[in-house]
Amino acid sequence: MAIPISYNIRNLILRKGLTIMTALGIALTVTTAIFLLALVTGLDRAFVSSGNPLDVLVLRKGSESELTGGFDATLFPILKTLPGIAKDSHGEPMASGEWNVVIVLPRKDGTGEVNVTVRGMMPDGLEMRELPGANGKPGVKLTAGRWFQPGQREVVVSQSIRDRFSHANIGDSLAFGKGAWRVVGVFDAGGSAYESEIWGDVNQMASDFDRQGGFSSAYLRATDPIAAEALKNRVADDQRLKLDGVLETDYYSKQTSSGAPIRIIGTVVAFIMAIGSIFAAMNTMYAAVAYRGREIATLRVIGFSRPAILTSFVLESLLLALLGAVAGILLMLPFNGMETGTNNPVTFAEVVFALRITWTVAGYALLFALVMGFVGGLAPAWHAARQNILNALRG
Amino acid sequence: MTLGSFIVRNTFRNKRRSLLTMISISFSLLLLTLMICIWRSFYVDQVAPEAARRVITRDRISLAFFLPAFYRDKIRSVQGVTAVAPMTWFGGRYIDDRPEHFFAQLATDPDEYLKVASDKIVPPDQLKAWQQDRTGALVDVTLANKYGWKIGDRITLQGTIFELNPELTIRAIYHRDPPQNALYFSTKYLEEAVPWFKGQAGWYAAQVDSAEDVARVSHEIDAMFRNSPRQTKTESEKAFQLGFVSALGNVKAFILGICGAVMFAIMLVSANTMAMSVRSRTREVAVLKTLGFTRHRVLGIFVSEAVALAVGGGVLGVAVAVPLIAGLTHRFIGLGIPFDMRVNMPTAGLSLLIAVVLGVVSGYLPAYRASRVNIVDGLRHIG
Repeated sequence: MAIPISYNIRNLILRKGLTIMTALGIALTVTTAIFLLALVTGLDRAFVSSGNPLDVLVLRKGSESELTGGFDATLFPILKTLPGIAKDSHGEPMASGEWNVVIVLPRKDGTGEVNVTVRGMMPDGLEMRELPGANGKPGVKLTAGRWFQPGQREVVVSQSIRDRFSHANIGDSLAFGKGAWRVVGVFDAGGSAYESEIWGDVNQMASDFDRQGGFSSAYLRATDPIAAEALKNRVADDQRLKLDGVLETDYYSKQTSSGAPIRIIGTVVAFIMAIGSIFAAMNTMYAAVAYRGREIATLRVIGFSRPAILTSFVLESLLLALLGAVAGILLMLPFNGMETGTNNPVTFAEVVFALRITWTVAGYALLFALVMGFVGGLAPAWHAARQNILNALRG
Repeated sequence: MTLGSFIVRNTFRNKRRSLLTMISISFSLLLLTLMICIWRSFYVDQVAPEAARRVITRDRISLAFFLPAFYRDKIRSVQGVTAVAPMTWFGGRYIDDRPEHFFAQLATDPDEYLKVASDKIVPPDQLKAWQQDRTGALVDVTLANKYGWKIGDRITLQGTIFELNPELTIRAIYHRDPPQNALYFSTKYLEEAVPWFKGQAGWYAAQVDSAEDVARVSHEIDAMFRNSPRQTKTESEKAFQLGFVSALGNVKAFILGICGAVMFAIMLVSANTMAMSVRSRTREVAVLKTLGFTRHRVLGIFVSEAVALAVGGGVLGVAVAVPLIAGLTHRFIGLGIPFDMRVNMPTAGLSLLIAVVLGVVSGYLPAYRASRVNIVDGLRHIG
């Protein structure tokens, strides 16, 4: 017969101080783990939620990013004639030749300068991104001001750019290229990679950076997923072009490697802290067993078996860990949604993302804590189960 | 029995408890030492004298933009500059995409590069062979060992930024402390094979005749290009590298956050143990007091025990940190991060000092409680 769990709960409550301190120690480790997991999850989400599966991104052959691409503008009309491209609001093929550059902006909080992506696009580029995605995701929305006008030195910025950098509000001027650019609007990109970008007119940008007559990339909107796949292959196979096509969604999902440094450091830190916590939990459980030597012997005399005692103490340790995990998760919840940025090695620019404490993250944290509790509780529980009844009763 | 040995004996009275506490603290201190080392190598350490005299000139906006070739001679004309080499990040692939096969590949001018990078040691005959072979490569000795490359071996890289798959012959192997895991080849090879790149370079590395001149030279170079289409940003090599670190995010806050969590964890563990220890010794404390130990003495004894535990854990943690950090540094260099981390005496000292302070802080409350034990109640107490 099993020892009722209320026995363990009452014991934990009886020794409040010890329980709280040990649980706090576990909570601290869990907090660190959640923080790192939430960072990586947020970053992954920024890339996974980016791009439209119907959009084919065209780059120079061999190039892996829009920044290192670059091809002659005369190829763009050829791209537009390819079959499978959807029609824009004017009945023309929906395609946008774009320029991607990186500029330096000072952070608002004065902690240095950051590389930010500036994207020059055609009117079709805006139209493409405003439409809801084929996978049901909402399109990019204007939240304040208006979109930039073609032929004008105007830009629109994402909400997080506006919040993170000085001089990025509507009416302000951003200085890059050959002069000042007026901020005329703010857009919401729903946490995608566009959230880290500034948009303007492609011709204005190209002339500012002396890149007239070329594009760094082009976007083609296919009519449906099958057409997108065919369009992608057609771009790559066309001998006149020497270009490569990639689905925009694939392009972004490859960039999740940006999280690698955080992932490596996070794993090391969480692992070392977990070992420390395991020993602390072990200590507490040994103390619990030592205090209750006579009690355990009594339980044995009453007829509880050794496995029952073992299970009971492991359970108590798991309960302790559970308490720590819940405390850790609650402690971290206020940080959910906090925005931060890291370098994207593909675009050489900062990618902005938010900490995401998802159910998966909470689940992992819980599992992490339970493993700590189990490992930490096993040896003391074993010790408790193996105690000599007579000696213990006398002690 | 002296007071010292009394404390030590009491500390290790419950061997299992003390050991577990110490191991737990040691892991936290290991992490703390690691964080201090990272912090030190980023923000505190002075670079080697040769490196302190190197400045990097790059496009003011971004490394993604190239600088014109004529900038090189203009930089050379600045007073105090002794040598200038063009540098371009080739960023190719070797074997495959996996991170363990990543290493830095740079295109430069073999005739002048080693005058700038004077901390790289190359045998003169190898240097000559490299300078004479346009498709030759200069590689780090650890990189050469990793792939088993020998002088005369041929390797092929796959370009990702440049549409070129250079076929290179290993002509020279350099030694540098710490190792760097990089490969250098002639920028002329790149310029000839990639027409649009002709007459450009990613950035320029220049050697300045004295470290005091670095600030003036940097300033003069940037002033010279202020009104040209490509403005520049010139900074010391260390600042240039730190730029990559700060791009990762708010690294300082990240390190400090982890340090804070770790220190708090140590305090909890240590305070927990001391609370257990005090609890089981209530009667003993009463006896001590009966014998004439003052309240302060008792307080001192228990705080000292906490410190002894923390320091024990600290010594253990630092001892493990030394080989671990050496290993990590090796791995970082393998990934192309040239930061040199070592546990030196000040780092170890700081870690242990933190251990002592945390021991005092965490031991104080339980010890205070012990010192307040009423003799009569304490003697009656049934542990």
